[in-house]
Amino acid sequence: MLFSDLTDKLSLFPVVGEIPDSFEGVYAGDLLSRAMSRVEAGNLWITIMNNMNVVAVASLTEAAAVILAEGVQLMPEAEAAARENNITVLSSDLSVYEICRVIGSVDKGL
Amino acid sequence: MGEVLKFHFDVDGENFSSAGEASVVVKKKLRQLGFSPDIMRRVSIAMYEGEINMVIHADGGTADVTVDDNEITIVLKDRGPGIPDVSLAMQEGYSTACDNIRSLGFGAGMGLPNMKKYTDFMQIDSEVGVGTTVTMKIKLN
Repeated sequence: MLFSDLTDKLSLFPVVGEIPDSFEGVYAGDLLSRAMSRVEAGNLWITIMNNMNVVAVASLTEAAAVILAEGVQLMPEAEAAARENNITVLSSDLSVYEICRVIGSVDKGL
Repeated sequence: MGEVLKFHFDVDGENFSSAGEASVVVKKKLRQLGFSPDIMRRVSIAMYEGEINMVIHADGGTADVTVDDNEITIVLKDRGPGIPDVSLAMQEGYSTACDNIRSLGFGAGMGLPNMKKYTDFMQIDSEVGVGTTVTMKIKLN
């Protein structure tokens, strides 16, 4: 799926890195062990967790990008780690549900 | 490859911020060595979960990774409180993590099950009051 189809609808803005061209598949959730086993390479991961370990999980799973929902701010040390590890982190003021709903509607061409 | 590669890490038990660092380093090494994404993913998940467990429950420990032609072996050793009931700890969803740990996104009770799921062999040697050693192997052939 192309990010260009979502950027305006989700009011996405990049926190670390640039918005990628595309992603394949989505995982939404905050429990890190669940995310660790479910996020696939190239996925978009939507969460409200903002600590250092989000960067570790995103790095190890090779997620295309992380979206922080509800306007959550990335903690400073996590932001530094994301820069160091080239992890793309985006932010949206929408809730996890709303983000998923929008992605679902675009995915189905609604 | 021929030669055996060994990596050693000290896992800091007081620093949640650095938890997972050893896993990230090992993944980078495996990528440099040309391992497949599937092998890198399995090693990363198993080792990350183990690292986190040592930080949460055991005030840190050591992680040793050995890579040879046949398998990747991960040995995680701590001097924590030990696991009283290993079979209970292996159940998905069972967790003894406290609320502040859960607030960080841990404590789903998926650590040990994930470690077993993503490896070909896992052995837990634990003695209450002494510590725990977890040995995991991922076959390469």
